[in-house]
Amino acid sequence: MGKLFAIILTIIALASAYPIVVHKYVQPVDISTHGHAIDEQLSDTMAEAGFAFLGAQLLLAFFVWKFSNRKDGSKVTHLPGGAKLMVATAFILVGTEVLALGVLGQKAWADVYFTPPKPDALQVQAQAGQFAFYFRYPGADGKFAPLHPDKIDEGNGNYFGLDPANDVDARDDIVTGELAIPINREIHLLMHAKDVGHSFYVRELRIQQDFVPGLDLSLHFTATQPGRYEIVCTQLCGLGHYNMKAYLNVLSQEDFDKWLKEKATEQ
Amino acid sequence: MEETSVQPAHVHAPPEGFIRKHVFSLDHKVIGKQYYGLALVAVFMGMTLSWLMRFHLVWPTAKVPGLDLLSPAGAPGGIITPEYYLSLLTMHGTLMVFFVLTNAPFAGFGNYFLPIQIGAEDMAFPRFNMMSFWATLAAFLVLVLAFFIPDGPPISGWTAYAPLSAVGKDAGPGLGWGQSLWAISIAVFCIGQLLGSLNFIATTLDLRAKGMTFMRMPICTWAWFITSCIALLAFAVLLPACLLLLLDRMAGTSFFIPSGLVVSDRLQNHAGGSPLLWQHLFWFFGHPEVYIAILPAVGIVSHVLITSMRKPMLSAKVLIYSMLSIGFLSWMVWGHHMFVSGMNPFSSLLFSFPTLTITIPATIITLIWLGSLYGANIQITSASLFALGFVSMFVSGGVSGFFLAQPSIDIYLHATYFVVGHFHMVMGVAAIFGILSGTYFWFPKMSGRMMNETLGKLHFWITFVGTYCIFMPFHYLGIVGNIRRYSSFVNDFMAPLMPLHKFVSIAAFVTGAAQFIFLYNLIHSRFRGKPAPDNPWNATSLEWSIPSPPPWDNFGGKHPVIYHDPYQYGVKGSKGDFVMQDSPEQLASG
Amino acid sequence: MRMKQAYLAGLTMLVASVIATYAAPGGGTISGKVTYEGTPAKPKPIDMSKEPSCAKQHATPVMTETVVTGPNNSLENVVVYVSAGAPDENAPSQPVRFDQKGCQYIPHVLAFQVNQTLEIANDDQTSHNIHPLPKINREWNKSQPPGTPPMTDKYDKPEFIPVKCNIHPWMHGNFAVLKNSHYAVTQGEGSFTLANLPPGKYTITAWHESYGDQTQDVTISGSEAKTVNFVFKAKPY
Repeated sequence: MGKLFAIILTIIALASAYPIVVHKYVQPVDISTHGHAIDEQLSDTMAEAGFAFLGAQLLLAFFVWKFSNRKDGSKVTHLPGGAKLMVATAFILVGTEVLALGVLGQKAWADVYFTPPKPDALQVQAQAGQFAFYFRYPGADGKFAPLHPDKIDEGNGNYFGLDPANDVDARDDIVTGELAIPINREIHLLMHAKDVGHSFYVRELRIQQDFVPGLDLSLHFTATQPGRYEIVCTQLCGLGHYNMKAYLNVLSQEDFDKWLKEKATEQ
Repeated sequence: MEETSVQPAHVHAPPEGFIRKHVFSLDHKVIGKQYYGLALVAVFMGMTLSWLMRFHLVWPTAKVPGLDLLSPAGAPGGIITPEYYLSLLTMHGTLMVFFVLTNAPFAGFGNYFLPIQIGAEDMAFPRFNMMSFWATLAAFLVLVLAFFIPDGPPISGWTAYAPLSAVGKDAGPGLGWGQSLWAISIAVFCIGQLLGSLNFIATTLDLRAKGMTFMRMPICTWAWFITSCIALLAFAVLLPACLLLLLDRMAGTSFFIPSGLVVSDRLQNHAGGSPLLWQHLFWFFGHPEVYIAILPAVGIVSHVLITSMRKPMLSAKVLIYSMLSIGFLSWMVWGHHMFVSGMNPFSSLLFSFPTLTITIPATIITLIWLGSLYGANIQITSASLFALGFVSMFVSGGVSGFFLAQPSIDIYLHATYFVVGHFHMVMGVAAIFGILSGTYFWFPKMSGRMMNETLGKLHFWITFVGTYCIFMPFHYLGIVGNIRRYSSFVNDFMAPLMPLHKFVSIAAFVTGAAQFIFLYNLIHSRFRGKPAPDNPWNATSLEWSIPSPPPWDNFGGKHPVIYHDPYQYGVKGSKGDFVMQDSPEQLASG
Repeated sequence: MRMKQAYLAGLTMLVASVIATYAAPGGGTISGKVTYEGTPAKPKPIDMSKEPSCAKQHATPVMTETVVTGPNNSLENVVVYVSAGAPDENAPSQPVRFDQKGCQYIPHVLAFQVNQTLEIANDDQTSHNIHPLPKINREWNKSQPPGTPPMTDKYDKPEFIPVKCNIHPWMHGNFAVLKNSHYAVTQGEGSFTLANLPPGKYTITAWHESYGDQTQDVTISGSEAKTVNFVFKAKPY
């Protein structure tokens, strides 16, 4: 039965690797400026992980094939090199490779998190609340009016808690259910959580960041391809978490300006 | 410390009467079996919950007959609502991580075999030991009670992030009394674990028999000892975290809740708290917890493999030092669960380095196993098959960790099924394989009867192939961006992935069904199995030097004396195949 | 003998006239109109893009319903009811229905009686989550997946209860749980009629979810019809 184990394990190992090798399940197209570094990191890691996975599983299969239920009288022996060889291999082969990946991967992280947004980035505020995303553009005055949680009236379209009766700045803020952005322009997304933890994730943008109640967090990114992409919530936020999403529309600057003007008239 | 002092005549008198023998027992062996039995109930419950989840994901509009009787609000007409799905998910995780993976390999087998393997009559504090089990049972009952209250169990996941878990029922069904019961249950569970860990540590330090130096302890004893050190510190953090959560929920405090939150149209009357504080406290416990779940299995599997291979590991010392390194590093990595949580991104980078470094001792352990298999004479039994399967699963689960340890990649893979695949491979499969291997190995000792090997092997094959069929696809789903903890898949990009989900669900039902073969084997063998000899596997550690099952005081009043390490199996040039640890006979050193 | 017959006849006529007075169909009626003065906030289009199965049911976007106005400054969705002067009544046996269709609550304001069966149906392809937010009645919060039968419940105390769907934040409605059967909800023209009112002194209340409530006292004698109008002050924000 040791041989059966070896055969089945070999089949499992090869079958597991197959979909990866033939690229059957892959990330969607990358529409961001920083995403290629992440994708490169992912594929370098996949190569290393694949090597380690196949190497270990096939070695396990081979040893079980060769060294199980042997003939009577067979002597057990030790691997030449012993534990020292194993420790050295672990440090050199795996340890340094893995740490190298970590060091190399810093740049992709830094591109997202350690570079400040450009001064002329388009500012949009995103609010995450059970169970939808709403977005706010600052309007002609370029200012975001203050938020008043006690003024939130969702049935009436006041998702953010604006007070236009008393805050003049609020009268031109534009609140939408979709995040439309102009292509090739950096967006500075200010993130506000209304009730509990949520998260902002767009697969194609290679971006993900939690909304934390009480914290002023933000993200910046630039989209390089037009289209309609899903923003999904990835932080468990209650019963409607599965249905918490919005659409990101990447438009030409002209179409974006038209869209924003139209939305302004609906406020 | 070379040797311990001679054991004092400290132990309790032989138990009299049914209650003292089998219910409120001070005997570590009975307590170990009680923990194991509790874990068995919890695992079948957790498995049933996962079946319901897998069923709902691929057939969301289908009715589950009878479910509306258990929960009319959660499953009206038998159709699972979004909140009920999340409550199944929460209870599945809670039951499995706490009541199965912390119970069976650690509290279960550890309680039973640690004293015996070091030559002691019982644990250092038998009364604490008994209290630790009953606290754990009480915690279990409080948790299960959540299923029967009108608003149902909590829906915030086993991780119970604040403010969702802290603001109360405004945040959704199940987040009222259900969440409070959860927090109370876990707090009581912590108390049980703290008592248990104290016991393990004191026993290992103080009650080793003459000649039983630290380095002569079996690898699994070391694993239990290291695990209990980790557990003592980890549960000591989770307990106050749960109490703070209860205070926020019931006493109006705001440890985890900032001001200005509007939940279900209601402005919450809290201010000043930090949701990230909960995450730090939880994961500071939570990461060491996963090593609490895996290290005993690492120890058990090493122990079983050695006996099965008929040779010692290339170096038991290296294995032990690697386990110690993992224990040490496990305290420095908790932030890798929080890379995109909103904490300082520089912290994320800092946390990634010890996370990547843990790969090294984990690889050493794997390579020691693989390298030791070379030249072995592996006896294929149910126990050794599960041990070998563990090695395979440990590799699979560990390798996906390479990805998640890197913050840049985690930006894309966080909260996808890739993570779910990773932790199920290491915890949900590997650790379970460790428990199963230990069960098949030690059942003869614990019950005096042999399990049915044919059924055991059948159980192995279906489970080994089945769990790969269930969890390997999760990695592919994650790469495409399939998000976790969704009760239904309504995203545009999910439709092409549904056939793979169907495959996984069917594999889950088949693999789950195979566990009943194991259950049948366990129960049937307990009463009708072939009588077991004292040492059916020709093994060397102390548990095999005493009768099957052992007498109430383990060594019959005798004090064993230890002459060498526990893995004296014949290597090149020796005469015999093995020497017991308490035998003065020597083997030629290999 | 004749005395007895006369007595009986007189008694019968007395009883008959009493019955006639009190059982006469019609009784008194209070009717009128509800209007507003000032500038109401304009309704906003609702973006349902996060729920495509609902978005596509509406050729043009649905508008917010917090303030719905009609011709000649009429105000819709105002509950006009007898708040004092009429006895409490047992609930009628037939249920009232609250529909979730196209990710909207239909009707936006549902008026019904204490202990009357409320039936909530989901006609959409998505799950809805009904969360009425009472202050004095029992609060519950339940999801209703598509294909599940209508859920039923009832309220045992009179109250105005806002209702929301947790999954679709724009879905808001109201339950008006009332003590008797004398109520109406204004629609298009803003008019209402409360009929079959026995003679007596009544307090009529008009309630609007945003503009609050107003009361007026009316006395009915015999089968007269009285007119009562309400005017609410509208606000632009």
